[in-house]
Amino acid sequence: MSIPKIRIRGLKKSFGEKKVLDGIDLDVMPGTGMVVIGGSGTGKSVLIKSILGLVTPDAGVIEIDGEDVLKASRGRARELRAQIGMLFQNGALFDSLPVWENVTFGLLAKKKIKRAAARAKAVEVLAQVGLADDVAGLSPSELSGGMQKRVALARAIASEPAIMFFDEPTTGLDPIMGAVIDELIVDCVKKLGSTSISITHDMASAQRIGDRAAMLYEGRVCWTGPAGELMTSTDPVVDQFTHGRSHGPIKMALRR
Amino acid sequence: MKFLLNWVAALGALVLGTVEFVGELGIFAASGISHIFRPPYYPRLIGRSVMEIGFYSLPVVALTALFTGMVLALQSYTGFSRFNAESAIASIVVLSVTRELGPVLAGLMVSGRAGAAMAAELGTMRVTDQIDALSTLSTEPMKYLVAPRLVAGVIAMPLLVLVADVLGVMGGFLVSTEKLGFTPATYLVSTFTNLKSEDVVSGLIKAAAFGFIISLMGCFNGYRSKGGAQGVGAATTSAVVTASILILAVDYILTQVLFVK
Repeated sequence: MSIPKIRIRGLKKSFGEKKVLDGIDLDVMPGTGMVVIGGSGTGKSVLIKSILGLVTPDAGVIEIDGEDVLKASRGRARELRAQIGMLFQNGALFDSLPVWENVTFGLLAKKKIKRAAARAKAVEVLAQVGLADDVAGLSPSELSGGMQKRVALARAIASEPAIMFFDEPTTGLDPIMGAVIDELIVDCVKKLGSTSISITHDMASAQRIGDRAAMLYEGRVCWTGPAGELMTSTDPVVDQFTHGRSHGPIKMALRR
Repeated sequence: MKFLLNWVAALGALVLGTVEFVGELGIFAASGISHIFRPPYYPRLIGRSVMEIGFYSLPVVALTALFTGMVLALQSYTGFSRFNAESAIASIVVLSVTRELGPVLAGLMVSGRAGAAMAAELGTMRVTDQIDALSTLSTEPMKYLVAPRLVAGVIAMPLLVLVADVLGVMGGFLVSTEKLGFTPATYLVSTFTNLKSEDVVSGLIKAAAFGFIISLMGCFNGYRSKGGAQGVGAATTSAVVTASILILAVDYILTQVLFVK
């Protein structure tokens, strides 16, 4: 059996008195897409920020390719995390830079290309997400929400990362644009052969972009299974969440 | 008794908060300085920040210096004419402007303009995940965002203060020759006779220190801002207020070090 690309064990993180992650266990196999679902404030973003090194966990193990990034030296942890591309929920495009510099930012930082060649490379990557070359010279503020998401996706895939994270990729988009973005994500991930973790509240999106799904509840993974079975799961927490029912264990937890 | 306990608790919270703030600021400053000397370097960003801090602050600093020199000449005349000591006006103006008013007033104006802009920019980047995005793109935010601005502050402020010095003296010259009856030659001779190079240099040293403070407080407050628009607004206000207070406090310390023998 192959080693998981990402393996998480007993991951804990609290902010003051509030336990956000309370012993997360999760395996993501190479070349597969994992969708993480869960209510607001259940720690989905904290989970991927912990893997990215943006949040320091209180305890636990995060392995990438079998190597614990939390125990690795600073330099080695940086190397391991350098293979991760991230699509932020709101795009997080640098508004002081034109689109082409946004797209090639990581490549320029890693010195994989020269500045003179960066614009041509950006145009090439923008084409992969269905954007015309004239977009390259625009500022992020001149783009629509859907275009900003595409540019952010282009930035995430430009350095051809082995691992990709998508934080609510379809939030704020209309259903058609959401489906287009999902299709682009699936295409890009398959083409690169990447392993992905996606966070979403959109069940249609979850089934389109994920091979497997994990449900976070009360700081732990309460269910994992094929993404295609999300809507038919008999687990009461998953059933309530995916169907948006007001009655069930999650509501009871809120009342407590 | 309860009132006393509440009072002690409030005092303790204030002390702890202050110690925490100073500690965080110290660590932030040390990290920012260390990134200045470690590669990769971003000369393009330093240049852009010098333009933002220095060039775009030029009009406001120039006008402030000009009017300050003019007012200084008028007020000095009012006082010195009572003792028939009008001839001291030129030296009062040039020494006040180069040693104190040039750097301090330029510092306060730049803090309100460029320091606030820095805090707002970094604060917005923080609340829109742009700073986190930098980290995910193999770029150290402290090195990319903070170090260039610290360097730019130290470069831009002395250049601005040089201009402020010239315009402040020019303000005094204009009022003295056009309104107070001085001849241009007398005023200029008096100005340059009393001016020593260390007066200008000490002002420029102060300017460099103030430039560092403005950039540091702008970056520090913006970098750690939280929440949405309200958080960015609070960071911007805090950047200007803390930088202004620090400028005045450091001015006293540097004056003590540079001038009191």
